Amino acid sequence: MTGRAAQGGAAGYADAVRDNGSLRQFLHGLPGVDQVGAEARAAALGTRSIKKGAKAWALETAIRMVDLTTLEGADTHGKVRNLCAKARRPDPTDPACPPVAAVCVYPDLVAPAVDALHGSGIAVASVATAFPSGRASLQTKLADVKEAVNAGAGEIDMVIDRGASLAGRYLDVFDEIVTVKQACGPAHLKVILETGELATLDNVRRASWLALLAGGDFIKTSTGKVSPAATPPVALVMLEAVRDFAEATGEPRGVKLAGGIRTAKEAIRYLVMVKETAGERWLDPDLFRFGASSLLNDLLMQRTKERTGVYAGPDYFTLD
Amino acid sequence: MSEPHPAGGGSGGRLDVRKTYKLYVNGGFPRSESGRSYEVRGADGAFLANAAQASRKDVRDAVKAARGAFAKWSGATAYNRGQVLYRVAEMLEGRRGQFVSEVAACEGLNDERADACVDAAIDRWVWYAGWSDKIAQVAGGTNPVAGPYFNFSVPEPSGVIGILAPQASSLLGLVSVVAPAIAAGNTCVVVAAQDRPLPAITLGEVLATSDLPGGVVNLLTGFTAELAPWLASHMDVNGLDLAGAGADAAADLEKAAADSVKRVLRRPAAEPDWAADPGTRRLTAFLETKTVWHPIGV
Amino acid sequence: MWDYAPAPEARETARLRESYRMFVDGEFTDGAGESMKTVNPANEEVLAEVAVATPSDVDRAVAAARTAYDRVWGPMPGAERAKYLFRIARLVQERSRELAVLESLDNGKPIKESRDVDVPLAAAHFFYYAGWADKLPYAGYGPDPRPLGVAGQVIPWNFPLLMAAWKLAPALAAGNTCVLKPAETTPLSALVLAEICQQADLPPGVVNVLPGAGGTGAAVVRHPGVAKVAFTGSTGVGKEIQRALAGTGRRLTLELGGKAANIVFEDAALDQAVEGIVNGIFFNQGHVCCAGSRLLVQESVYDDLLSRLKRRLGTLRLGDPLDKNTDIGAINSREQLARIRELSAAGEAEGAERWSPPCELPDRGFWFAPTLFTGVSQAHRIAREEIFGPVLSVLTFRTPAEAVEKANNTPYGLSAGIWTEKGSLILWMAQRMRAGVVWANTFNRFDPTAPFGGYKESGFGREGGRHGLEAYLDV
Repeated sequence: MTGRAAQGGAAGYADAVRDNGSLRQFLHGLPGVDQVGAEARAAALGTRSIKKGAKAWALETAIRMVDLTTLEGADTHGKVRNLCAKARRPDPTDPACPPVAAVCVYPDLVAPAVDALHGSGIAVASVATAFPSGRASLQTKLADVKEAVNAGAGEIDMVIDRGASLAGRYLDVFDEIVTVKQACGPAHLKVILETGELATLDNVRRASWLALLAGGDFIKTSTGKVSPAATPPVALVMLEAVRDFAEATGEPRGVKLAGGIRTAKEAIRYLVMVKETAGERWLDPDLFRFGASSLLNDLLMQRTKERTGVYAGPDYFTLD
Repeated sequence: MSEPHPAGGGSGGRLDVRKTYKLYVNGGFPRSESGRSYEVRGADGAFLANAAQASRKDVRDAVKAARGAFAKWSGATAYNRGQVLYRVAEMLEGRRGQFVSEVAACEGLNDERADACVDAAIDRWVWYAGWSDKIAQVAGGTNPVAGPYFNFSVPEPSGVIGILAPQASSLLGLVSVVAPAIAAGNTCVVVAAQDRPLPAITLGEVLATSDLPGGVVNLLTGFTAELAPWLASHMDVNGLDLAGAGADAAADLEKAAADSVKRVLRRPAAEPDWAADPGTRRLTAFLETKTVWHPIGV
Repeated sequence: MWDYAPAPEARETARLRESYRMFVDGEFTDGAGESMKTVNPANEEVLAEVAVATPSDVDRAVAAARTAYDRVWGPMPGAERAKYLFRIARLVQERSRELAVLESLDNGKPIKESRDVDVPLAAAHFFYYAGWADKLPYAGYGPDPRPLGVAGQVIPWNFPLLMAAWKLAPALAAGNTCVLKPAETTPLSALVLAEICQQADLPPGVVNVLPGAGGTGAAVVRHPGVAKVAFTGSTGVGKEIQRALAGTGRRLTLELGGKAANIVFEDAALDQAVEGIVNGIFFNQGHVCCAGSRLLVQESVYDDLLSRLKRRLGTLRLGDPLDKNTDIGAINSREQLARIRELSAAGEAEGAERWSPPCELPDRGFWFAPTLFTGVSQAHRIAREEIFGPVLSVLTFRTPAEAVEKANNTPYGLSAGIWTEKGSLILWMAQRMRAGVVWANTFNRFDPTAPFGGYKESGFGREGGRHGLEAYLDV
């Protein structure tokens, strides 16, 4: 791979990505993360009390940030069509409820999703690069991406090569992301770090910066297939990374939290974290997403309670 | 409880609902997997109840439960353990009446002495509740090594402790061997006094309602001579308290314990005065001391 | 774009009364003198009338404490004393929300802090010391350490309930009886604690609470019937007390002021260091004796750290202490506000640069925006004198040895903070800090098991841990 360069506004980091040693030095030269301190800060942000108008705004915003997801071996065209109907109109009793940001599926189900979401403004996101393990040849992974993009996916969620990352072959990981970004064409790229495997917050910081330098539009926590997935301290470190990256390069990049977020309460806590860590600019589906399935119904139930004043029940919302 | 009740039983002709005494394992109350039971008689020979007769498989299951509970219990803060233990004391106090009648019946004590015994047991439990966040300060500390190193020693719980509860003192003695082991962060499998097991099961009920996580204490009733060898030889048990071992069995149990180098609290030569100040021996017996070194420099 | 809606804790939870009386010999009684008013510093409204203890009331209280000591508490077995203290701990937990709201009303601190820090720690102190009452032979003071008698205890306004717990719990556990004088501006939570003692059936005279001002405190401290004096407050008053007790043979411990250095090395975990700095000086509006009021930054990381710090200060929310989202509450009194303003003006006059994030201050009440001064040097008043407010002085250093020198270059010695990812450096610095509490990669952490107290003019004696018993034993 010749003529390697950090992408976009990160051109100023050309020296850092010149070879594996330099990249390693750069990543390991970032400020460390104290685990206890980070967890305490994340927990403190979780004590904010969000009520009334502020809560209603947060619920609506969270709904608009959901990437409604189905990634099962048993998925069919029918399942995807149902999900897309839900994406367009999440609350069967309230047309004023906003639609979600995107629907996220496997590459061979992009076509029916594109069809079902035609004209809705909702994006079709596809996982790719041998999701979820990432263990396949580069050739296979790129073919995966191209298939999804050709079928009409506007967003690609890729997995990084964790084996290479844990073995310290940072440049290999970097190069792969750059190549995948090229194969995406007009589609935007989310880079899944699989934070549950990274084990330490220091590693989360390094992986975040690596993905941003390589041109990822979004950094994403997890495939949803490994536990733990998104957690408050991990989200904190990733939000700090995009904040610092934006300050250094002028380019705002996004964060997607996926895996393990089931309740509206958790989602609102994360929005508080976004606001007080990265800033209000990131309170937008362009820069922040929740990858989820069951979260949506809890958001809808809480939204209904804010609207009607009484606690809602699950029978009044669809299971798709 | 000394005569079979005439039809109509209790006071005013009401029949009472009798308790079934089962084992306390992993936070629940199973019967013995062997399905066996044995008669428990009072000091006066009267029938009191049928208690479960635990088997070696019950021992095996109990050890598994204790091991499963160890990470979380030893990983809790000392403050949290102290809070839970104090809650146990609150629950014990609330069930005073039942303990007094069981101890009186099992040990043949009059009301006054049974009262004093239960009082002492509750106060003993409170004593140990207050140790969990202090033992580290008494048994640990920094060591002024001759070099530029920061050096400190911390006591840590050994793991799963097998305890043979005292045979005569069915509540106070029981509390005196169980509370110190868990205050220090260990989990345990306890073989209750063979002929006087009822207070132990009622203690299990108290533990189950006290925020104590399941598996931290497991209580088995049955024949000590049958169960003890399985506990003593179990390779996943880290410590052994032989307070209730038979005189002729103790040496063999110690031998069996040697196969995994268990920490052993030997059978006392004479029946201890359980009411006396226990000191810290039972706390430190099942604590490991870890010493850590770190250089001091720029 | 997204404003947090007001999220107030309900004022009624405090069960505020129109008037509060002093607690002597197990009963709430009127005093011999006039009463005073206590005010909510967030809006200057009168909260309640409070009895003021005169010297004759002090006499009564000391006599009651002495009688209780001789006849009841002194002879009582430790195991029984322990159970009283456990009851008190549980009652504090049960009434925790009431105490937290009351504390925020009387003191001005955010409900988030009184709820999450002050009240839980107060309960924890009683729990911890309860367990020592029957274990004194194991505390390292000999086989049968005896108590001293009546303890006279004077506490400050910054952590009213918590300071009461820090004083009462070890004293009672060791077998002493107490006469406690809460601060003039914050008497209410101590009086509810007295009620809790009543609910616990604590024998009369064991704990006595005498509200009042400087005069009451002086009477308690100088009373010949008091065997042991414990004082937390300003260094100036501490010195007066030490002078007053000279030659009397009465025991004394002092917990006084500080001017702690919070030291950030270039290899620190910067985001967590920022949290530690913010916590160090803005927690409790900086009304903390161990506040990290001097930030010492290694030059190489100065720009990065300051920019992160200023950005972080922009997210601090100042306002109604009862709002659950408030981070910075009110300054406790008009007098304290005047002092903070005076020293801040001195900072500007001496040439330091002053900066605050944009901050709207309410019209009524006593308020001061979080403030930082850069370009501060050791000789400036704001680097030497304790401000006791949300004001941070920023200085720089180049090497560890220079950091040590600057940190120790003060008559105070209560606490210090060290931020670096290098373990051996933490231990090297900790070894050299002339301070009673050293926090590494954290700040303002308190625990009943961990001894707390100062070097030099920050006082002597320790509170917390096994060490905290020594002050109350005849050893």
